[in-house]
Parts: sequence; structure tokens; C-alpha cells
Amino acid sequence: MKTYWKRFYDWVDERVQLSDLVDFLSKKSVPVHSHSVWYYFGGVSLFLFIIQVVTGILLLLYYKGSEDLAFESIQFIMAKVEFGWLIRSVHSWTANLFVLAAFIHMFSVYFGKAYRKPRELTWLTGMMMFFLTLGFGFSGYLLPWNELAFFATKVGTDIPGVLPLIGKPLMMFLRGGEDVTGATLSRFFGFHVAVLPGIFTVMLGVHLLLVQRQGMSEPLSLENTPESERKTMPFFPNFVLRDLLLWLLVLNLLAILAVFFPWELGKKADLFAPAPAGIKPEWYFLFMFQTLKYIPGQILVFDGEVLGILLFSLAGLAWTLIPFWDRKSSRGEQNRFVNYLGLFAVSYIIILTIIGWLA
Amino acid sequence: MDRDDRTFPQQSKRDFLKIVLGGGFLAWLGAVMYPVFAYLKPPVQGEVEVRSVKAGKVKDIEKESGAIVRFGNKPVILIRTSAGEFRAFGATCTHLDCTVQFRKDLGVIWCACHNGKYDLNGRQVAGPPPRPLNEFRVVVQGEDVFISKQA
Repeated sequence: MKTYWKRFYDWVDERVQLSDLVDFLSKKSVPVHSHSVWYYFGGVSLFLFIIQVVTGILLLLYYKGSEDLAFESIQFIMAKVEFGWLIRSVHSWTANLFVLAAFIHMFSVYFGKAYRKPRELTWLTGMMMFFLTLGFGFSGYLLPWNELAFFATKVGTDIPGVLPLIGKPLMMFLRGGEDVTGATLSRFFGFHVAVLPGIFTVMLGVHLLLVQRQGMSEPLSLENTPESERKTMPFFPNFVLRDLLLWLLVLNLLAILAVFFPWELGKKADLFAPAPAGIKPEWYFLFMFQTLKYIPGQILVFDGEVLGILLFSLAGLAWTLIPFWDRKSSRGEQNRFVNYLGLFAVSYIIILTIIGWLA
Repeated sequence: MDRDDRTFPQQSKRDFLKIVLGGGFLAWLGAVMYPVFAYLKPPVQGEVEVRSVKAGKVKDIEKESGAIVRFGNKPVILIRTSAGEFRAFGATCTHLDCTVQFRKDLGVIWCACHNGKYDLNGRQVAGPPPRPLNEFRVVVQGEDVFISKQA
């Protein structure tokens, strides 16, 4: 057995110099320090993405993306297809854990200032994947074509519509018409299974390549520690095995959630029914949703909602561009303002999410 | 002839080619992208323009009630006040497009999405809505209630 494996390896190696790669991997190491635990969340996000790809492809075998059939096809998956309930529940739960893992990964990178020079591009591709993840969540939410999804999509696509100039064409593009209809479902289906995965995969490739090329970022506090006193762990097998163990734990968590808390399907969307009481978006949009509730209709001469939405857009943009305005961290100095800003963002998101949840 | 004079005609020839090739490339890009962007824009669907719909019979509609009526492809809310008067408004919340409902307990038109409230004249009274609801005309002809667009 071993000789066959060896012969196969040699055959490939002779053609593509595999030994260079093996050599690289064997030398690769991961820094060990008090904040090392955060390194795992990127890997967890990656694992959850892989689960989404696999379960998503499985759902595609039965799902029908049209106004008349979408809801019924998911009923069919959950009631008739063997283990359909499991696949669908795992897909829905993974979506939520994926967003959560991405949030944690993003904030840990933020507080560790790992975006600082020379890792600006890693941060940018990561942020783009973060926005794509929210796009995945938003577009996937509509696909069951239920009441909650229908109104969430109405609100969510109306939001870009209030932006000056580009708002209206953008809304028409997203909805496939003036209103949220079956045309919107078709488009969202296309975005969810083709457009977003395509872009995401490219971003992910660049992101991982950069991580391999540059290695793990270390906290600023370690920068003054001499090389000889810094501790590391070999990537292979030490770190990989830890990664895999965590992936296994996450898979178990997903199984427990999917089995004991199966994802609801709700009522089929009715285009001529009022929005049901207690309607809420997915939890990761709750803090913005809750903020929109507090903003009055009119602030001076401006529409309150326009102002709120512009404010969130600007905040998101500033957040994304942080490697370019936080020069202090790139010089290796502490930047307290960035810490306070991050703490404010985390507290704001947590507090408003809780208020929105309880409301 | 010094060197500058010699390069001058060369340079202008190069510039000329740059403009022709660059311009040609841009024109080509436009010719490729235009159909793609035009394709993304959903076509305007020819719809029968609805001017008026029958909403029901007077005796079937309770006082202090509200119901969504289909007006073409838009929802309209028909309200009957405690005095028995009929009023109709576009049921699309002016805040973020949700469909509103009548709340008997509060005596208002309410939007569940962001807790917007309108009085029974369609004016926004609480929450985030920036504008009043679109008003429709209600005509009672004998037993039948009709809703039509404001003239």
C-alpha cells in the first residue's frame, strides 16, 4: 500500500515539484500567545462555508425557485425526502453560525489590529466576504417564500431604494421590478446559488493565499519580544489537528441544533396580507432594524430613514477602510481610539440586538 | 536637426495611435457592456390599469374594522370607522414598504415592521413613517362599496 502511495506521490512530484509545497507546510508555524484562541475562528468560518456549499448543493436537487413552487418544494424536502429535514435544518443553522463565526473572526482581527501593514489586502478581502455573507443570509432568507421572508425582503430592498440617485435603479435591479414578487425570488435564487458563491470563492482564494504567504499576524504587544522568546507551534500537524477537533465539535453542535431545534418554515407568503405582528429580520440585521425604529420620520429637512441608512453605510465604509486610516497601528504604536471605537461597535450591536430580540 | 525635433513627429504618431486604440477599446467595452446592463433592468410589464375595484357589500363590513383589498397588484386598506364611514388608503407603509393593518384595540392603522402608526385619516402619528398613506376614494353605490383612485 505504502509503495503505491509513494509511487503516486513521486509521479506527481516529478511533474509539479510537490516537495516545495510539502517543505513549505512542514516549516509553517503558528504563533502561540495568550490570544492564540482567536486564530481558530477563521478556520471555523471556512468549515461552515464548506458545509453550506455541500448542503446547498443537496438542497438544489429538490428546491424549485419560483413563486408557486418554492414554499411547497421546501415542504416536500422537509416532509418527503429522506433526511430532507436534516439537510435543510443544518443549512439554516449553519447560515446563522457562519455569520456569528464571521463576526467573531472580524472583531478579533480588528482588536488584534491584524489588519495593519502588511495585511491590508487580507482585511479587505475578509470584509468583502463578510458583506457577501450578509448577502448570502439575506438572499437565502427569501428562498422559502414565507411570510416573514417576504416582508423582510420588502424592507431590506426598500432600504437601498431611499439612497439618492442610485437608490431607485438599485432597488429595481434587486427586486426585478417595482415590488417584491416572484421576479425577486428568481433573482435572489440566482444571486444566492451562482453570483455570490462565485465571487466569494475568488475572495476566499485570495484571502487564504495571503494568509499562507504572510503567516499569522501577532498582537502588537508581542512586537518587542525578541524572536528567540516567542513561542510557536508547527502548523502541521499540531495546529491542523486542533483545527479539526474544533470542526468536529462544531459539526456536533450543528447536529444537536438541527435535530432538537429544527428550523421552522412558517406560513407561505401572501402578497395581500398585512405584515404579521412581531415581525423581525434575522438576528444579524436586528441592530440596524432596531435603530431604524428609533429614528423619527423627519430630522430637520431630511427623511429620518435616509439619514439612518446613510449613517450605517458610512460607518461600514469607514470600518472597511480602517487599515488605511489607522496609521498608528501600522507603525507599531497603540491606538486607543480604535479600541474604544471597536468596543463601542460591539456594545452597540449587542445591546440593540438584545433590545430588538426582546421587543 | 536636434534630437527633440526628431522625436516630435514620432511622439505625435504614438499619441494618435494611443487615442485610436484606447478609444476603440472603450467603444468595444461599451458595446459589450451596454446589452448586459440593459438586460439587468427588468422590463416594464404591461398591466391593465385598475381605476376602481369592488371591495364588498356594506352589510358584510363591520364597523371598526379594516381589511386589505386587492387593487390591481397593490394592496389597499379599507377602513370602516365606528361611525360607519368608509375610508381607503394604500396599504403600503411609507416608511419601508411593509403592508399595514387596522388595529381595533389602538384605533389606528399600524405597521408591524417598525411600529409605525397612522390615524384613520392616513396621517402618520407615531413611529418612523415620513409621509401619510396614499388616499383612495370610497364610493358606496346602493349596497356595494367601491374603491377608486383619487381623481
